[in-house]
Amino acid sequence: MGIEQKLGDMGVVTARLEDLVNWGRTRAMWPMLFGLACCAIEMMSAQAANYDMSRFGMELMRASPRQSDLMIVAGRVSRKMAPVLRRLYDQMPDPKWVVAMGDCASCGGVFNNYAIVQGVDEIVPVDVYVGGCPPRPEALIHGIMTLHEKVKLESFKDWS
Amino acid sequence: MNKPLEKIAADLNAEFGATYTEDRGEVSFVVPAERIVDFAAALKKKHKFEMLASQTAVDYWPALAPRYHIVYQFTSVSKKLRLEARVPLDGNDPEMPSLVDVFPNANWFERELFDMFGIRFSGHPDLRRILMPFDWEGHPLRKDYPLGYEEVQFSFNYEDIEVRKPRPKD
Amino acid sequence: MTLEPVMEVTVNDLKHLLSERAAEGDTLLLNMGPQHPSTHGVLRLLLELDGEIIVRCIPDIGFLHTGIEKNMEAKTYVKAEVMTDRLDYLNTTGNNLVYVMAIEKLVGLDVPARAEVIRVLIVELQRIASHLVWLGTHALDLAAMSVFFYCFREREKILDILEMCGGQRMMTTYFRPGGLWRDTPVEFESAVRDFLKVFPRRIDEYEALLTKNPIFIDRTKGIGIIPKDKALEWGLTGPTLRGSGIEYDIRRAFPYAGYENYEFDVATDDGCDVYARYTVRMQEMRESLKIVQQALDNMPMGPVNSANRKFVPPPRSELGHSMEAVIHHFKLWTEGFEAPKASVYMPVESPRGELGVYLEGDGGPKPYRVHFRTPSFTNLQAVPWLAEGHYVADLVAIIGSIDIVLGDTDR
Repeated sequence: MGIEQKLGDMGVVTARLEDLVNWGRTRAMWPMLFGLACCAIEMMSAQAANYDMSRFGMELMRASPRQSDLMIVAGRVSRKMAPVLRRLYDQMPDPKWVVAMGDCASCGGVFNNYAIVQGVDEIVPVDVYVGGCPPRPEALIHGIMTLHEKVKLESFKDWS
Repeated sequence: MNKPLEKIAADLNAEFGATYTEDRGEVSFVVPAERIVDFAAALKKKHKFEMLASQTAVDYWPALAPRYHIVYQFTSVSKKLRLEARVPLDGNDPEMPSLVDVFPNANWFERELFDMFGIRFSGHPDLRRILMPFDWEGHPLRKDYPLGYEEVQFSFNYEDIEVRKPRPKD
Repeated sequence: MTLEPVMEVTVNDLKHLLSERAAEGDTLLLNMGPQHPSTHGVLRLLLELDGEIIVRCIPDIGFLHTGIEKNMEAKTYVKAEVMTDRLDYLNTTGNNLVYVMAIEKLVGLDVPARAEVIRVLIVELQRIASHLVWLGTHALDLAAMSVFFYCFREREKILDILEMCGGQRMMTTYFRPGGLWRDTPVEFESAVRDFLKVFPRRIDEYEALLTKNPIFIDRTKGIGIIPKDKALEWGLTGPTLRGSGIEYDIRRAFPYAGYENYEFDVATDDGCDVYARYTVRMQEMRESLKIVQQALDNMPMGPVNSANRKFVPPPRSELGHSMEAVIHHFKLWTEGFEAPKASVYMPVESPRGELGVYLEGDGGPKPYRVHFRTPSFTNLQAVPWLAEGHYVADLVAIIGSIDIVLGDTDR
């Protein structure tokens, strides 16, 4: 692996702090176990044997928002659910990211009506949108990998 | 209409004066609101219709008499029969007797109708909103309630709609 | 955008639902959900606890209320079908089936024999897929993790077959009024036969993991007893009812889509508890396999769409040379067809119970009123009296055994 070559005989590696921290964040990004609707079933498929998200180090779903870094909004968010979703987001410790999975979470999807929030970005800031109704498990995995790419580019001042 | 249902229909017609029609293989009774509890009790006790399969409402706005039809679907599991009962209701905020004492599962059906149509059921033990948030205004499935959709953004009106969109604080 | 605090309902508003001891502070009120892994979605339960024993259980639903019924009134009959998929997302083709059959009943449309057989085949495959998700999550709730992985392995095979036909894994919208979207592809038959060959052994595998597992039996036997008379009175349907020993299956009692032509047993169990509902569903998977086998062996040839051009769009090949076909195509995709001023109620047996649609037309191209009588909504009403007197851990088993889907409950 690359790191041994960089180590040399000294046992010292030099890297930018940003790279190291961002690398660490992407390798242990724990999603919250939180399903809303149809997309939650595909999210479960993504964790099950055929697709197996854990190959990429993102399998450990935490049932508590206090222990998770990544919120996958899997499904449509109703007006009744919106305050609950925001409260869950507020309970997550920083740094935290949001993936809007599926059309309903991204923009309301086919449900353009009184009951559904037209895109979850009305209530929480979204990092990655995954299209599809529902997206295939591959699409979700790709979405989270895209988020990893984004996190790797974060600089010191973004950390807050 | 098959034989056993014909007999039941004639019986109910004699007892409650409920007129019935047959359409597309379904038998449908029209029952006045004040008789519906007795009607359901007779169905359950006498004619072995053990199950209230469904209860819903239809809004015929702007007509006001009747504005609503409450539609019940009864099923007899033992006799393999179905029938429908319709209760016409006048006025915008009507009230009718609850069926909870006869069929306990009418509880949530009636809560849903209260939530969605604003129909009140007297004698209901727990008449609260069930699907919408408790502080919601209006009754969404009424015909005079708008669908409440969001406009689709095109290039000519993109900016106007973008300004009006709600945004999170951070 | 400022947001109101979440749970506003105070204890005083719910006083009539709690026991007298709650007012004295003798019992504890505990909120379970809407974000809870064992509530299968966004169900919220307010529990009144005495130690770990449930005194009262108050369900709060509607967190997934989608306004499907209202939205369908604003679309034409065919366009509204897309909404039905998203209703009960484990039984997508079953929802399509009940809706298109209601339309066919309303307008009096014929369906070719081949389309009916394919419909039955697909719906039974979907029933197996739905039961597999139920089995995986139910076992997961009861801390048997590996069953989940086994179940989703086979479910992927069924989803592959659905994707082959409809082009989508879950939301196929494959059934259309008057038939199907298109005929099945050539690989379809071999894929289903492969599945039929593999799956009976796989059910044995699941049973080997659970049926005689002492932990599973301890958690399920004698829990959540539904007596026979109460089951009927509360309108429970599907495996929940059949787990109480009542042989009521709409496929048998009121046959539709040619179910009278298939040989299968209605699975029942007299146990009335969570374990009985488990055995009923396991048995149902085997029965569904039987139906799939019969459907595949007796598949007639012929068209898969009705020839009635007033309701079914003409095939692509006709558009090139027939002016009439172009007109029909244009009319159907811009205006849609008109349905008479009448109402129908169409029930089918979904994996969870009686899924009925009340459809009313007003003479125009859009449905005047669509109401879905969903099995989860009615079955969930039983949870409060089922949970009383049990431990909180048993509540998880009870909710699992009722097999609710919140999209189905809240619509």
